[in-house]
Amino acid sequence: MLAHDVLIIGGGLAGLRAAVGLCDKYDVGVLSKVHPVRSHSIAAQGGINAALANSPDGRDDTWKKHAFDTIKGSDYLADQSAVEIMCREAIKVVYEMEHWGCPFSRFPDGSIAQRPFGGADYPRTCYSADLTGHVLLNTLNERAVAKGVRVYSEWFVLALVTDNDVCHGVIAFDLKSGEIVPILAKTTLFATGGYGRVYLHSTNALINTGSGIGIAYKAGVPIKDMEFVQFHPTALIGTNILITEACRGEGGYLINKDDERFMARYVPNAMELAPRDIVSRSIQIEIDEGRGFEHPLGKYINLDLRHLGAPKILEKLPGIRNICIDFIGVDPILEPIPIMPCQHYSMGGIDTNEKCETNVSGFYAAGECACVSVHGANRLGGNSLLDTIVFGKLACLAIDEHLRNNSAKPDEKLLISKKEEMEKKIYKLMYGGNEKPYRILVDLSKTMSDCVGIFREKAGIEQALMDISKIKERFRDVHVNSPKLYMNYELLNAIELEYMLEVAHTIAIGAYLREESRGAHFRKDFNTRNDTDWLKHTVARIGKDGEPVISYKDVVITNYQPMERKY
Amino acid sequence: MITANEYTFKIFRYDMKEPEVRPHFRSYRIKVISGLTVLMTLLRIRDEIDGSLSFRSSCRSAVCGSCAMVINGKIDLACRSQVASFGDNTIVLEPLPNLEIIKDLVVDMTPFWDMYEKVKPYLIRKSPEPEKEIHQGEDERKRIDQNVNCILCASCYGACPVLSRTPDYIGPAAFAKLERFVLDSRDERPLHFLEGINNEKGVWGCDTMLRCIDACPKDVRPIDSIVGLRKTLLKYKAKKIFGITKDED
Repeated sequence: MLAHDVLIIGGGLAGLRAAVGLCDKYDVGVLSKVHPVRSHSIAAQGGINAALANSPDGRDDTWKKHAFDTIKGSDYLADQSAVEIMCREAIKVVYEMEHWGCPFSRFPDGSIAQRPFGGADYPRTCYSADLTGHVLLNTLNERAVAKGVRVYSEWFVLALVTDNDVCHGVIAFDLKSGEIVPILAKTTLFATGGYGRVYLHSTNALINTGSGIGIAYKAGVPIKDMEFVQFHPTALIGTNILITEACRGEGGYLINKDDERFMARYVPNAMELAPRDIVSRSIQIEIDEGRGFEHPLGKYINLDLRHLGAPKILEKLPGIRNICIDFIGVDPILEPIPIMPCQHYSMGGIDTNEKCETNVSGFYAAGECACVSVHGANRLGGNSLLDTIVFGKLACLAIDEHLRNNSAKPDEKLLISKKEEMEKKIYKLMYGGNEKPYRILVDLSKTMSDCVGIFREKAGIEQALMDISKIKERFRDVHVNSPKLYMNYELLNAIELEYMLEVAHTIAIGAYLREESRGAHFRKDFNTRNDTDWLKHTVARIGKDGEPVISYKDVVITNYQPMERKY
Repeated sequence: MITANEYTFKIFRYDMKEPEVRPHFRSYRIKVISGLTVLMTLLRIRDEIDGSLSFRSSCRSAVCGSCAMVINGKIDLACRSQVASFGDNTIVLEPLPNLEIIKDLVVDMTPFWDMYEKVKPYLIRKSPEPEKEIHQGEDERKRIDQNVNCILCASCYGACPVLSRTPDYIGPAAFAKLERFVLDSRDERPLHFLEGINNEKGVWGCDTMLRCIDACPKDVRPIDSIVGLRKTLLKYKAKKIFGITKDED
């Protein structure tokens, strides 16, 4: 049977950073659904935050100020001890990535360039034009190649094997051969990314199904704060491809059909550089109240970069210009970009502490699939790349400690019986009823976008919960077209879909119960933050009957007392 | 009013596990609205018509490189190609050339990644790390701009005429990647590392047909890298002959 000391699921930034940190000392395997450089980290555009104080306008920046901005941005739901660790570590990891070859953009003095981002008091976001995720992921992939990390490319996890709160490994699926393979592991780290595709309109890659979170949840691992879903203010209409916040960081304006810079009405001090939750809601209100533009692909408002001038657009935002030309036929040097807000980031995820540990021994999570929580109710731009690399690195320390102090051996028998269970499940999908997986996914994602989106209220979420329950029934009859196990992407979609249903269910139930508005979670029927009752994390566990069981736990407050969030 | 036009997609089908079934094209008729990409249409065909169709995709926004294929005779990313842009109601889709076909539009990328790894595609340094960043001027940074853009989609690899006859030729993408490091002001690789490409399987194998430049969806120019590496090698050789290099390590 295949076995590793450390098994890492996910070849994005968090997974590769962990692999690079552990491979000198341990036998590490990285499993990735796609080749690592195809991971969603590649798509991050804007940048990575660290208080380097390189900018002439930010010489007195410190990690403590970064921590304060992050906590305030989180609407005080982030665990402050974890935020402090992330912001202190930020400076080290950015230098480390630079030493490993990351081609950051530079200031004239040769130091790493930094630019302003929403919700931050200083120009703190380090970047490489608008390809920051691309350069970081390539740097870590290069490092993994240099160190000879063992990668199982185009392998997929079917199930996590746990028993009495101890993790024994996974049941994996080799997409190319179609083999179902149990893999024993002394420690398993999930770095499987977010759940964007649970929504109809998402900036996320097609692979971001959140199935890793669903797999962990089904194996009995608690998941946290799932109702906090970030909507990015500026995604291209139609394809919903991300148009980076750096466009606004560099000075882009948001304009409605009355030619008005409407952010003045909502956040006159920060304007377009208010945090994402606030800007997203402002845009949605403009559209809902009839001040948006009409297009066959949807209603939109304009993101205008023209006043920045061609040289600046070509130097700082070349990727954005190409996306606009390729996907909507608009050159932002000459015309404004038609954008709409849509799902972008998963603040919720597998419940971990600041050492990436879960409550299952030997099982860890890092990156967007995890909820430490450092982003609380709303993540600031430039903090997600940071989260992946910092916690990918910190996971190494925790896993090393576990392997040094723990002699428990993973149990082959448990894996063999789980493998049989998975074989039966796949057989059922091949010879099941009449439901097509894509139809179920469309209905699920539409419900989520309509009822558990930017604005939420009781009746709508109740509707979503009813829909999800019906959709779960329909899933029993799901059927895939081809009986071949290898290179069967429809089968892969169907397997992931089952986990997506669980993920969607926990988002909706968390949103239903949380009777307040905080960060990205905005309830029309409870439109203010309520610290007395709701300054706490939502935790969901799967119950014996398969339904989610919800509990709550306190937010860690260290130095920053909650106050009203004003910009 | 959204109007949809009917298109015929002729898609290459083959399964290496069923070699007795010869490669063939299968046609799918589908209505496509203006603005839809080849990738979105492929996803619809798989979802709604034929779940057995295999192709790769991930970001759907031209940054991950998964969906490179031959579209109406030209290599490009399916995700950034608009169906309506071809001015023809028939779209022919084939897998990337120069790589073995696993199933339908999915090719075996192993040789491509092997060559990528072979050139040591990572920053190599001997000096101790400074406490902060290694300084790099704006001009030094700009020198590697073009090469940094490579998304490793293998479009150039598929387009390369040398690879079609010399399968162990290193190939354009790996050279662009290697030059990205050779030009990086922070890289300290000894020049003798370049000996491995100083042959016909290496930089001297290219016949400068420029097809890699045509095929690149990111405006990278691998031939410029090949020419640049040739120059570096010649300079290195000259210095060696005159004994003015101390290439340690």
